[in-house]
Amino acid sequence: MAEGIILAVKIAIAVLFVLNLAGLLTWAERRQSAFMQDRLGPNRANVFGVTLIGLLHPVADGIKMMMKEDFVPAGADRIVHTLAPFIALFPAFVAFAVIPFGDRLPIFGYEVNLVVSEINVGLLFVVAVMSLAIFGVFLGGWASNNKWSLLGALRSAAQMISYEVTLGLTIIGVLMVYQSLRLDEIVRAQGDLLFGFIPKWGIVTQPLGFLLFFAAAMAETKRTPFDLPEGESEIVAGYFLEYSGMKWGMFFMGEFAEIVVIAGVVTSLFLGGWQIPWVSTAALLSVFPGWLVALIQIGVFSVKVVILCWLQLTVRWTLPRFRYDQLMRLGWKMLLPISLANIFVTGAVILLIQHFKGV
Amino acid sequence: MSVHVPIFAMFIIAFLIGLGFLAVSVFLGPKRLSKQKLDPFDCGNPPLGTPRIPVSIKYYVVAILFILFDVEAVFLYVWAIVFKELGLFGFIEMLVFILILVGGLAYVWRKGALEWE
Repeated sequence: MAEGIILAVKIAIAVLFVLNLAGLLTWAERRQSAFMQDRLGPNRANVFGVTLIGLLHPVADGIKMMMKEDFVPAGADRIVHTLAPFIALFPAFVAFAVIPFGDRLPIFGYEVNLVVSEINVGLLFVVAVMSLAIFGVFLGGWASNNKWSLLGALRSAAQMISYEVTLGLTIIGVLMVYQSLRLDEIVRAQGDLLFGFIPKWGIVTQPLGFLLFFAAAMAETKRTPFDLPEGESEIVAGYFLEYSGMKWGMFFMGEFAEIVVIAGVVTSLFLGGWQIPWVSTAALLSVFPGWLVALIQIGVFSVKVVILCWLQLTVRWTLPRFRYDQLMRLGWKMLLPISLANIFVTGAVILLIQHFKGV
Repeated sequence: MSVHVPIFAMFIIAFLIGLGFLAVSVFLGPKRLSKQKLDPFDCGNPPLGTPRIPVSIKYYVVAILFILFDVEAVFLYVWAIVFKELGLFGFIEMLVFILILVGGLAYVWRKGALEWE
């Protein structure tokens, strides 16, 4: 019984975290892009004159999308067309099941590990589930019976699988350092100190891996500078051209949820997850009660995730779009060889350290 | 409680959220369809031809390359987990494996399969 309640609370935290942050990001993106372009951005939606600096816009957008007409173009594959946005949205939520937002803590007499699931293939699960998103995008574009959609779908499929390789190979460097596939264990291992004073975060042990992973992950979200699948100025809107109403909204939500998930994964792998530098969970527990420590760690995790989300939005509004040959060259001829070299260097360094420690 | 129960619970929740959104989109909006509205969008012109056409072979090559390198990555995952226990022997073994694949990449590169001009 108690286990069921704990599980329900953990799932609620994970799902609400993704849903709310994704909604908030739709606002943040428009507002931030506006400021970067010397505009004001959305600030008009109000309830009885209360605008909350435009924070009501995501709500208004949601209601608007729900009330819009939903149509399937003539000649389209009805079933696949309907299923595609669902497949695009689904992975982002499920992937959050293995991302830890806190340590194993005693809360109200129960031992709670603040991660929804403790499966021992956590990281593999994230990669597997995230690559499912390709199906949503590709099927959506293909089923729409539209030339632009098909072009967008093809581009996105080729782009996503190209960067998937780098994504997969970069993680291996992290695995070699922390020797676990479980994200909660990886985060816990990052609480150690290197040379006694540097936090053993992934970004310290795998600086190149961090850059590669982040670049590849941004390509996976299909946003500028990697937004060739959408390419408003060349193929109109790409794969979701023939979508309207909430189905379009699901692609939109899926994109932002994916940003959150990627920020979550990067935080867990490279930025120490819920770890506060130089402050261990034991030290926190000796001062604060368990539930407050949980809140603090969730807060720290959220701050890191939000910073990474902001970074992704900033990159999107700073860089122009790649050409397709540049995109493929970056993926196959630069990121892939570098990620292979990263594995080699990581292995060599670990062996050297083992050698000199005499293990 | 098995570690798989939370995962399944998460699947069900995500499934319900997705289903809810789909249901909302299908049932809430108005339905005023017309021949013109149902036409695939072609920049305002009547749609020309069919989109179900053969596509560039390059996409196919990329897909094949992806499978090669992703299978490689799957092998590496297993190896990376036990890397510190395997030590130098495991490292050299995997180096040979990676070098063979790098050879493949170099071959593909020289053959021009990665050129998108």
